[in-house]
Amino acid sequence: MSAGGGAVALPQPVRPGEGTSLRLKVEQASYAYAATDRSAPKFTLGPASFEAQQRELVAILGPNASGKSTMLKLLAGLLKPLSGRIEVDGTEVSELDLKVRAQKIALVAQESELLFPLRVWEYVLQGRYPYGKRLRFESDEDCLLAGNALAQVGADALRDRWMDQLSGGEKQRVILARALAQQPSLLLLDEPTQHLDIGGKVELLRRLRRLADENRYTVIVVTHELNLAAEFSDRIVLVHKGKFPRIGTPAEVYERELLEEVFEAPLEVETGYSGRPRVILRATR
Amino acid sequence: MVCVVSLRMGAYPISVRDIVSTLFNAATGRREEIPVEFWQVVFGLRLPRIALGILVGASLSTAGAGFQALLRNPLADPYVLGVSSGAALGAIVSLIVAPHTVGAIQMAAFVGAASTIAVVYFLGRRGGQLDSPTLLLAGIVAASFLSAIIMFLLTMVTGSELRSIAFWLMGDLTAPPPTTNVLGWLGFLFFVFIVAAGAMYTTSSDLNLILTGEQEAKHLGVNVNRVKFVVYIAASVLTGLAVSVSGAIGYVGLLVPHVMRMLFGTDYRMLIPTAAIGGAIAIVLADTLARTVVAPTELPVGAMTALAGAPVFIYLMRRRMR
Repeated sequence: MSAGGGAVALPQPVRPGEGTSLRLKVEQASYAYAATDRSAPKFTLGPASFEAQQRELVAILGPNASGKSTMLKLLAGLLKPLSGRIEVDGTEVSELDLKVRAQKIALVAQESELLFPLRVWEYVLQGRYPYGKRLRFESDEDCLLAGNALAQVGADALRDRWMDQLSGGEKQRVILARALAQQPSLLLLDEPTQHLDIGGKVELLRRLRRLADENRYTVIVVTHELNLAAEFSDRIVLVHKGKFPRIGTPAEVYERELLEEVFEAPLEVETGYSGRPRVILRATR
Repeated sequence: MVCVVSLRMGAYPISVRDIVSTLFNAATGRREEIPVEFWQVVFGLRLPRIALGILVGASLSTAGAGFQALLRNPLADPYVLGVSSGAALGAIVSLIVAPHTVGAIQMAAFVGAASTIAVVYFLGRRGGQLDSPTLLLAGIVAASFLSAIIMFLLTMVTGSELRSIAFWLMGDLTAPPPTTNVLGWLGFLFFVFIVAAGAMYTTSSDLNLILTGEQEAKHLGVNVNRVKFVVYIAASVLTGLAVSVSGAIGYVGLLVPHVMRMLFGTDYRMLIPTAAIGGAIAIVLADTLARTVVAPTELPVGAMTALAGAPVFIYLMRRRMR
């Protein structure tokens, strides 16, 4: 994968000649946390198997501490699976060189605190790091791609603002823009809707859907938003206490008994306006 | 310009014109035309001292910028963190054990600096995370503990090779070169500086990302552990280098990178060189002031930098606590 691959005008991850549309392949992947190297694992995850094609949006759902974020870290290559394989574009993720990995996979983590003031523009340009040579300043191509990334999230106007002066929604868009500037095949997001109001949540999911449809990204999002996930995603990965009780389309996963057991709440599943399942809480005092 | 001003000022009066003609005559090889006292003042005393000031200022500022990134703390500085005291202790021990080995004092100062920052780093963590107030407290405690050992050592051991307690605790540029080959000695010091500062500079674009967050830097493909190791070694070498020749001069590593950030932004590719230049200017200026405000006696240059640096430190700290 060359830096930019000649596709200067459009920040699309797809290079000419790329044959298969299969982006992500998870095969019997598992992981375990332990207090020390020798003690019995405190928490085990998996094994999990699923796939994601290009243009697909996959939601990872589950209660707190179920293993969602660990799954995402495995996909990002930050953790090495204990067993099984995780392949992106046909290569085992944990074996990729750090920079090559950052060219294939972008991770939008939960918010971090900035120590020194930084402009939006400088922040988005950081996304070009994996393509840079040591000590080289950004090229015109880097600037063009960073500009495109900002435009894709509708944040052109924020360019010269300071990061710490942005609202939650604006900040989220800028963080997403930096991830897009990486030109990844796989876009991973860890609870991106957390600090957004309801309008912001819908807007973000719409944007991710559009990125998948129009720009052929594969988007994997960890979220607590059951209804938005059902509405926007192609595939749901349900996680519960480190196990994967069901993986499939929203219609296949959203069954009342299953969701009630996983989320430990009285729920009702019905069909929404769009024909996709919808979850409502059975109000009980 | 700062150098000329610094050459001009001092207990011995010498005009700018005389300085320029001395330098000119020296540069064109007409040494016999220079009055002996001018030669003595300019080349024997003030120029080596300015060169030393440039070295010390550039080293401390670069080390400060490095520690700030390494510890993700804008208040980090070799002096505040106790690293300078560690380097001073190392230097003193080497002077006691092996007073005549060339380069031993720099090596020992480096070891002292590197061990101190390692200890402060581990003391400065809370729940596995670096915690800013804890880190600074750990640094201050380390500094006072090491200072106590320095006082103890210097009081117990009286040798002609050892300089005064004040030199190691406050720092000044009055140390005479250890050899008669002043140029060779300065050359050695500058060579070490270039290597260490250069090594740190190669990590500058990685440091930009690490400052935004270590995890995020990893996601973007930065080899965080390797970068931190390089910066840790380089900043310790620079601190050891500065302290071995000037004692523990404080706050330059805090003040200068901060001013440069305000002037040129937070990009380390700009910050490292500008901090080095700014630090050199700051120390030469501070030393010139130290030599002249109460002439013919001299203040330690460390007293000047502390006068300027301590209020800024308080200001920065209060702004962060808000």
